[in-house]
Amino acid sequence: MSLLAVRGLAKTYGPLKALDGVDLTVEAGTFHGLIGPNGSGKSTLLKAIAGAHFATSGTISFVGADITYAPPYQRSRLGLSLKFQITAVLQELSVYDNVLLALQSGESNWALLRNRSRARLDDQVMQALDSFRLGGRASDLAGELSHGEQQWLEIAMALAPKPRLLLLDEPTGGMSPEERRVTGELLAPIKATCALVIVEHDLDFIKNICDRLTVLDQGTVLGDGTVDEIERDPRVQEIYTSRV
Amino acid sequence: MTQAATTAADLPARPRTRTLRVLPAVELITLAALVAAPFALGDRPELITLLTNILILSLLAISFDLCWGFSGIMSFGQALFFGVSSYVIALVGRDLDFSQLWGTLPLAMLVGGLLAALLAAFLLLGRKTPTSIFVAFGTLTGAYAAERLVSGWQYVGAGNGLSSIKQMAFGGYEFVEGVEFYSLALGILVVVYLACRWLVRSQLGLVLAGMRQNEERLAFFGYRVQVFKALVFSLAGAVAGLSGALYSYHQGFTGPSNLGPGLSTTAVIYCLFGGSGTLIGPVLGTAAIEGMSFFLSDVEAVRQFWPVILGVVLLVVVMFQPTGLLGLVLSVRERIGSFGVRGRE
Repeated sequence: MSLLAVRGLAKTYGPLKALDGVDLTVEAGTFHGLIGPNGSGKSTLLKAIAGAHFATSGTISFVGADITYAPPYQRSRLGLSLKFQITAVLQELSVYDNVLLALQSGESNWALLRNRSRARLDDQVMQALDSFRLGGRASDLAGELSHGEQQWLEIAMALAPKPRLLLLDEPTGGMSPEERRVTGELLAPIKATCALVIVEHDLDFIKNICDRLTVLDQGTVLGDGTVDEIERDPRVQEIYTSRV
Repeated sequence: MTQAATTAADLPARPRTRTLRVLPAVELITLAALVAAPFALGDRPELITLLTNILILSLLAISFDLCWGFSGIMSFGQALFFGVSSYVIALVGRDLDFSQLWGTLPLAMLVGGLLAALLAAFLLLGRKTPTSIFVAFGTLTGAYAAERLVSGWQYVGAGNGLSSIKQMAFGGYEFVEGVEFYSLALGILVVVYLACRWLVRSQLGLVLAGMRQNEERLAFFGYRVQVFKALVFSLAGAVAGLSGALYSYHQGFTGPSNLGPGLSTTAVIYCLFGGSGTLIGPVLGTAAIEGMSFFLSDVEAVRQFWPVILGVVLLVVVMFQPTGLLGLVLSVRERIGSFGVRGRE
């Protein structure tokens, strides 16, 4: 059974077909890239999988459960996590509290009111921050971090509850080449526990970390395969040489 | 590596510097002033009455702060829970001849909480995520409809309301207006304040703080945001209900204006004036506004137009100091607070 199976997914906005019969399969332990020109439907597909909006037709199943119309909190509880394209860290909370908030989501309201897990989660919070080189900034406000650090913090938050699948929407947007390289290094170790679906414009970055790629163009799947297969695909070469 | 990345990688943990904690200082000074007031004003019963009203209305302002300041729910209907509870305890006194505080005050909280839960189920727990405007208009409409309803309902006194409400009692002791009622109101305010403070500084409070900043982000963490909102809204309804019961016992009267948009809006102003999201801000806001109203109305030179002066002052503060009076001395970091074990060291 695949970790994630998207079948015939369509999403329309009035007369515009943002997605048109998209199929996507993601296996556990793989890093799967979504590439394509601007407006090809990558972010729309990612948002439909995460539950930010519902598909017009088609199905999405995750760990065997049909989540096509499940609200985001149910998807999250099944082990789906998301990092937004636009950084969405909670600016007025400390870096530490951002991660604590992500980690304590499985606790009951009563346990939260009684602060039952505050001490127990401390090590996990610091571990999550240290793994993204933010341990030294724990007490700073998230809004005081640089753009690249905020991206890392958001990835650390998304990974903190130990999801089965992480959806990353342009995680290196606005980063310098060196920060992108470091981001790739920071993501590599998670493969043992978490699959990844990543939307990214930086083709070198995505080729370096992904096992498989799916190419979208005008809301449909143009190609799907390993990085080598996709690189050799003439249809993919055509859209990247003639339109990008 | 870039400067930013290098900084992230290599920075040692920052040494913690002890900063002046403004909020506890303001809270303690306020408490000390309220405890000392009856001793200082023993020969001014009208001021004790004013201060008792301020304590009771502070509860209403705190109930709005729980909604807006901590949870991002724009409620223009807090007076609905205040007023309905005040009518319920007035009717229990009149029809059942019962006014024991151990029964009526919990009853008022229950009525306010259940009514708020019912409204929350309709406004907050629908299939679609409600907008702030929808919730604001929904609560406003609820308060308006209730005011109109009781204004024409003879059983509850219609436009005249219910007067000569049976005195609140504990056993054979009756609480009449004065230092005893003031002490009881202060004790209740302190207990409610501490309970609310516990809530907003707990891990549940962290959820509320996150919710206020980015609801969508929290939903993707697995939080049922609207359920948290409904819980806080219901709790705030219970606090408003308690306030309403005390108010009608203290005044000996309740009427349609106690559950309408007018008083609901006044609660909003109390909170915004003092500083929302702080709990103590609404108490100070209530004291400032009620105090100014009391003293300005007594000054001969401005007797005719003191509401205009008060209105201008409120407008200036809300427009140019959106974090309220407390925002002048309180940093964002302290207002939001820290929730982890390290932040509390």
